[in-house]
Amino acid sequence: MQKYSIFNLIKNAFSGHQNWDLAWKDPTPKKEYDVVIIGGGGHGLATAYYLAKEHNITNVAIIEKGWIGGGNVGRNTTIIRSNYMYDDNALFSEFGMDLWRKMSQDLNYNVMFSPRGIINLAHSDAQMNVFARRGNSMRLNGIDAVLLNREEVKEIIPMADFSDNVRFPIFGGLMQPSAGTARHDAVAWGYARQADSMGVDIIQNCEVTGFDVVSGKIQGVRTSRGDIKVKKIGLCVAGSTNILAEKLNMTLPIETHLLQACVSEPVKPVLDRVVTFGAGHFYISQSDKGEMVMGGDLDGYNSYAQRGNLPTLQHVLTEGIAMMPFLSKLKMLRTWGGIMDMSMDGSPIIDKTHIEGLYLNCGWCYGGFKATPASGWTFAHTIAQDRVHKLNAGYSLNRFNTGHLLDEKGLGTKTWIS
Amino acid sequence: MLHIKCPHCGMRSQNEFSYGGDATVKRPELNKEVSDQDWNNFVYNRKSLRGKHKELWQHISGCRQWIKVERDTATHEIFKTVKANEEL
Repeated sequence: MQKYSIFNLIKNAFSGHQNWDLAWKDPTPKKEYDVVIIGGGGHGLATAYYLAKEHNITNVAIIEKGWIGGGNVGRNTTIIRSNYMYDDNALFSEFGMDLWRKMSQDLNYNVMFSPRGIINLAHSDAQMNVFARRGNSMRLNGIDAVLLNREEVKEIIPMADFSDNVRFPIFGGLMQPSAGTARHDAVAWGYARQADSMGVDIIQNCEVTGFDVVSGKIQGVRTSRGDIKVKKIGLCVAGSTNILAEKLNMTLPIETHLLQACVSEPVKPVLDRVVTFGAGHFYISQSDKGEMVMGGDLDGYNSYAQRGNLPTLQHVLTEGIAMMPFLSKLKMLRTWGGIMDMSMDGSPIIDKTHIEGLYLNCGWCYGGFKATPASGWTFAHTIAQDRVHKLNAGYSLNRFNTGHLLDEKGLGTKTWIS
Repeated sequence: MLHIKCPHCGMRSQNEFSYGGDATVKRPELNKEVSDQDWNNFVYNRKSLRGKHKELWQHISGCRQWIKVERDTATHEIFKTVKANEEL
């Protein structure tokens, strides 16, 4: 594989940049693999990469129904954070933060990781107390957290509404300075390129049509491009989890819902943090191109449509304008939707299943993008060693049976308020 | 914008309604031994079908009645709505 460097850039300039290698190949599926990852999104690509890098398992195929970067990894709002209170979530996410910091070097691909900090706004004394508690829990787990009062927030984001006549005045906020954003496409492309270079087959436009399960063991997978013999399958298909689970006669604590996001027309730099509204569900950051990137609530009903309806967008942007009135002057450039695997307690599942050789990675709700490296790392471990790592032990499937829910924010398949 | 025909009030826009989830889920019967798996299925596990989906909605900004709706989860097309005590 060609290394991306200043020297290669100069060298290729002499031939008009016509001779760069393809970033990844377009192989025909082989008859047999050691591991098949279903789903070529961020998590699937990261899983294949860490299988090769950490566990020397390179006879791996990624099967993707669409194309690399066409699913949720290209549809998110690029936020990266680890501001969780519960140990299971905090330690998992902070492990991921370390991987994010090293990612551009590790992948030899600029993922434009920008640790600009995230501020969760508080709009009451009670919310300040809750944030103080969460901040303390974060610091006990080695995550940076700063509780800001109203004046300190005003210094950082003066464009927010600090006037007296507002429904939800800003009391302060909880900031994680090391949180931030990254270029989402670059994450997918970087993982795909490295996985491919280590021997992983990335097979696009290939739909899974069925599974071969004999006496409780995975024997193979049937696809639109032929049958593949394999003993270990990792399911990494986000919003399509229930469709494949049905083919395996499994019913999961997952519902597929629609989540919209949007960007405004590009404007000059105005916001250098990620900010979330505390009296509803709205978050905003500014991209390097200058667009305001915004998102919020689910549309609220089961959907596989990958496109949303306007009432939810209106509701979400109303919150945005309440928080930062200048947004009302901006024109919307694009809106889009993705289909989310919403788990019943709002936390993900990375686990083995009752079928030997079938591994499950789903339930990412609103927070799949930031988890990409940690999810791939722990899922690769779970598949390679056939046992969960202590980092994903809390993300078990049977926690719904035993009552050990990870209800960090009390957000599951329901919208913030409905 | 979804347009949902409330069987009590007629055609209304989606913002008058609140979603109530899968309408085929049945609570385990009272006064009977219920296994953990049955409770788990009732409380958490969902099929979340792609295609025709029977679901509950509440006309929360209207008559406040619960209704059943058959809707396509891939196209958002609504085929049929009935009162909560009727079969789809």
